Amino acid sequence: MHEGIRSQIEDALRNTGTDYVEVRVEEAESSHVRFRGSDLEEIGRSSGMGGSVRALAGGGWGFISFNDLDGLRDKVKLAVQQARIVGGEPVVMAPVPPVIDVVPPRVGSRNPAEVPLARKKAVLEQYARIMQGVEGVQSSSVNYGDGRRRVIFASSEGSYIDQERLDVSMRLSAMARNGGEVQQAGESLGSLGDFGFVESLHEQAREVAEKAVLLLKAPQVKGGEYTVILDPILAGVFIHEAFGHLSEADHIYAEPRLQELMVLGRKFGGPHLNVVDGAAVPALRGSFNYDDEGVAGTRTDLIREGVLVGRLHSRETAGKLGERPTGNARAISYRFPPIVRMTNTFIVPATNEPRDLFDGVKEGVYVKNWYGGMTSMEMFTFSAGEAHMIRDGKVAELCRPVMLSGNLFTTLHNLDMVANDLDMNQGGGCGKNGQSPMPVSNGSPHIRIRKTLIGGGAHAG
Amino acid sequence: MPDDRIARLPERVLEMAMEHAEAAEVFYVEASNTPVRFEANRLKGIDANESAGMALRIIKDGRFGFSSTSNLEDPRLLVNAALETAPFGAQAKFTFPGPAVFPDVPVYNPSVNDLTLDRLVTLGESLVKNIRAVSHEVSVEGTVSRGISRIALVNSNGGRMRYAKSGFGAGFEGTVIRGEDMLFVHEGKSVVGAALDGGEIVSSIRRQLEWAKEIAPIDTGTMPVIFLASAVASVLLFPLLAGFNGRSVLQGTSPMVGKLGQRIVDPRFTLIDDATLPNVPSSRPADDEGVPSRRLPLIDHGFAANFYYDLQTAGLAGVSSTGSGERDLGSLPSPGTGVLIVEEGDAALEAMIRDIGDGLIVEGLLGAGQSNILGGDFNANVSLGYRIRGGRVVGRVKNAMVTGNAYRALNDIIAVGSESRWRGGGLRTPAIACAGIAVSAKE
Repeated sequence: MHEGIRSQIEDALRNTGTDYVEVRVEEAESSHVRFRGSDLEEIGRSSGMGGSVRALAGGGWGFISFNDLDGLRDKVKLAVQQARIVGGEPVVMAPVPPVIDVVPPRVGSRNPAEVPLARKKAVLEQYARIMQGVEGVQSSSVNYGDGRRRVIFASSEGSYIDQERLDVSMRLSAMARNGGEVQQAGESLGSLGDFGFVESLHEQAREVAEKAVLLLKAPQVKGGEYTVILDPILAGVFIHEAFGHLSEADHIYAEPRLQELMVLGRKFGGPHLNVVDGAAVPALRGSFNYDDEGVAGTRTDLIREGVLVGRLHSRETAGKLGERPTGNARAISYRFPPIVRMTNTFIVPATNEPRDLFDGVKEGVYVKNWYGGMTSMEMFTFSAGEAHMIRDGKVAELCRPVMLSGNLFTTLHNLDMVANDLDMNQGGGCGKNGQSPMPVSNGSPHIRIRKTLIGGGAHAG
Repeated sequence: MPDDRIARLPERVLEMAMEHAEAAEVFYVEASNTPVRFEANRLKGIDANESAGMALRIIKDGRFGFSSTSNLEDPRLLVNAALETAPFGAQAKFTFPGPAVFPDVPVYNPSVNDLTLDRLVTLGESLVKNIRAVSHEVSVEGTVSRGISRIALVNSNGGRMRYAKSGFGAGFEGTVIRGEDMLFVHEGKSVVGAALDGGEIVSSIRRQLEWAKEIAPIDTGTMPVIFLASAVASVLLFPLLAGFNGRSVLQGTSPMVGKLGQRIVDPRFTLIDDATLPNVPSSRPADDEGVPSRRLPLIDHGFAANFYYDLQTAGLAGVSSTGSGERDLGSLPSPGTGVLIVEEGDAALEAMIRDIGDGLIVEGLLGAGQSNILGGDFNANVSLGYRIRGGRVVGRVKNAMVTGNAYRALNDIIAVGSESRWRGGGLRTPAIACAGIAVSAKE
């Protein structure tokens, strides 16, 4: 970005004649590498530059996005005009102090931006070779991406924040085939600004490939209700889908009936259930200093001892509900307005050893790793990358991956045990309103849930 | 945006790249759209987005270099980035297509320029009002949007492609909350010109609300299932498309390997990829590599007819591109379909419901596609589905999942509907009834 950008932005924000205006200007660079089978399929670099203006007039928002940063003042005018068409009951944004700050990127043990492409290719090629070398593997893929994003946020309230972040993501997957039968296994990983983890995945690559092959012979779980034990990675996806999305206040702030259902103080689970979200939890993919409204990241208790005690806010939702802003308004890029998103979401560890959870489970399913997850608020699904039957308290045979499904108002009550081994999942990303994949993390210790619905055939096998 | 940039800039970048590369291709897109957003039954915000960007693919020493940018000020950076990646890139297995004759596929209608913000707002407000008139319990949110994009491709073999696209669409969701029960209904429609019939959206939502009025019990078991258009797309077509992707076939990860020309599903099922259909939002005269669009049957009366390929995958497989190269700006093209058409059968929906007698209708699914779709499997929560008893719809089911395999389900077809619906701007299908689908339900 050129030298004069600050005065250009500040000029555009002067005397806008409306309630509130913010400008975001962004510069981004990324690189990606993909192996398919043993061969490199794609390697590339991208760069981008663009900005957006969001204006509030009474009850309406006007938003415009663009690549060409010239004529910023006219763009502000246009956004204000659009907001004025909307009208309606005035929006009250929760007040926050203006901030002037520069935040350099968090860099881990190895800065991805300093690792040469040749080195990235060489590291990833090892994993492609390992997976292709496992007998029975038909094909595999290694997907790697890293990105640097520098965002300047400025508002008509006087904030000016220049923030930069580095995101690294990676997925290993393997496919096995036997005639018309195809099975796949995979693992997603990521980090905030650290290439280090990418260099030591040899073991994981082998396991992913071996799992794909084993799945060809694995039976299918019979559909129905089971006691399930989730490993920390899948339990993290579970809490994100089962509860996290409905704690995003933009779903409820304009809907009185939903506010009644999600009233603070309502009991959602047992006293062993504690859930937290926060960008202030350091060094994870969902960590940041300021959100895309310039609000400082926090750590928010969502459920404390089974009781709903907090939710995630933008300034608008906090203002409307009379609660404190939490710094959860995020935009995936300048092309989108900020909306309420999770950051790092997790179930707080309790005291049980993971093995205690298996005690007394006569027939159940131990589910590990994740494939995906979705929610429609009341209903949610999450799919496991790996499933084993539990018989008489012991982990038994490997089964085909399963899809689990639950209901917001009952499933958390059925969550009856929480272990002590918190682990955070940093792979993948979250999608909402067309903004995907947003870097987030989620995690949990091992947890146990009674009466969980698993989709499956009518008969086992 | 400057009117002549699309004519000048790609040519200039091509020239610059050819100072260093053996071959090169520039893909350029500029787009503008105006979404008008409604929330909690009222207008909430008006957006206007403009974007432009280009991607450069070069071949140097027989290898691909690739870069893309939305910063159009300094094309030198784009060329340098592509050159930097080329020594590591994949080996090029094709040559860029030369000058071609493209089919006449109308996808731009200047009437979208007459769609003022006022008209977008008015349409949205009338949709909110008409949906609320069906039931005052419903809270409505949605978007009305108008957009125009211009796409150009130039390559060093003389290939030149340029066209414009227009689109106008509306998508609305209704939420009904009763106690702890939440119901979500949804309908959307998109067209190339300015004529959008909002009445279809309202009548579809009315039908969904009507069928979902009561909650009906359902037990775990196997039963006949009618998949409505959205569900056909997510549980039956997407797994098939993974299997018919030339790349999965090439990699040997498709169950369709070696099955071309064989009967794989019921003869009543025909699936065609046809991006040449006029006035369909996802149609296009050429794919994103400048290969002319064509009508490509994938499954013809139950027989595996064609797989779909982009240039590189086709080159690796020793076949020709089917005009199915698809890309966003940030990555190399890969095989993708244009406009999917499932041929209609002869069963009216009411007759299907009556004939099935006892079963399930699936309209919306949650988590479809998040299982082993490559193998054809589906496994998803029924987010909107209705119980059929005694040959009629008795209410909505909750806490139920459907599990199966697309290939097997399409071998067990009971009936194919006689009436199609568009889903999004690139897929048209009738409802399909299949026998013996596994349903898991909470006790």
